[in-house]
Amino acid sequence: MAGEMTIEEVKKHVRVYLYVFGALLALTLVTVAVSRFDVSIGPALVIALVIALVKGALVAMYFMHLISEKQVIMWVLLSAAAFLLCMFALFISALVDQEQVALLMHVA
Amino acid sequence: MELQIPYEVTPRRDTGVNNAKLGIWLFLASEVMLFGGLFAAYIFLRMGADAWPGMETFDTHEMATRADQILSVPLATLNTVILIASSVTMVLSWASLKMNNFKGFKLHMGLTILLALGFLVVKAFEYGSKFGHHVYPETNIFLAIYFVLTGLHAIHVTGGIIVNAYFWGPGTKMWLNGNAHDKAHFTNRIEVAGLYWHFVDLVWIFLFPMIYLV
Repeated sequence: MAGEMTIEEVKKHVRVYLYVFGALLALTLVTVAVSRFDVSIGPALVIALVIALVKGALVAMYFMHLISEKQVIMWVLLSAAAFLLCMFALFISALVDQEQVALLMHVA
Repeated sequence: MELQIPYEVTPRRDTGVNNAKLGIWLFLASEVMLFGGLFAAYIFLRMGADAWPGMETFDTHEMATRADQILSVPLATLNTVILIASSVTMVLSWASLKMNNFKGFKLHMGLTILLALGFLVVKAFEYGSKFGHHVYPETNIFLAIYFVLTGLHAIHVTGGIIVNAYFWGPGTKMWLNGNAHDKAHFTNRIEVAGLYWHFVDLVWIFLFPMIYLV
């Protein structure tokens, strides 16, 4: 976390940690409840990922203190995210390519 | 002569953070790639599978249409709650040191370790139930990716327990016998260990819905 904090500031942070804890528990219950709905894989995946992203953001922002972290840490994370997206793009392009090959074989 | 490592407590002028913090974030960035690659493999395998999970249920022996017919959602939900709670106790152990409350640190760090052990016990029950049905990673693709992802995560939990147990036990000498600089150094160590622990929690937050619920 950036900078030194007074004891009063730490106490305020502790209150925030407890609120975040409550929010994470509530979102976990929402995740399980939503999974009971009979929806197809596409929407189900999107809903699950959106809730997981919100929970992940809460952990990263408050428990990992990213909300007040220095720019250099952000750059490290952004570069990791960029490489991750490149890797996902490679996987998706391979998947699309596979489907096109299957389609061509079907037509032939 | 004792070697003094620079910027272990004070921030570097060029980066604005101390070396330990930059180091752990670089390590976590590499971990993002490790788990990201496995998540990508999971999506790839799932999209290409004719049926998912592609096996019979244990009770009715009909073809399962959802992962939660094979895996135990109540146990996984319990583990999610345990891991989230351990993240809170971890950050509270760091906050206790910031408030110069060593007893609070010992309590919260002790709880973090106990919760992490609880997570592994629940995971052992889960694995035991699968093995009891003679179901292993080699059984099919779904189980292979399930065991690899959750197994790798459990190894990370175990690593975190070892580090946290050191800081709860012998590592506290730095705080108890040290001067103000040593105490600040120890607090930094707990923050860095906490960053790793929260990352382990973060990975589970994505693993849980992806593997068990969708």
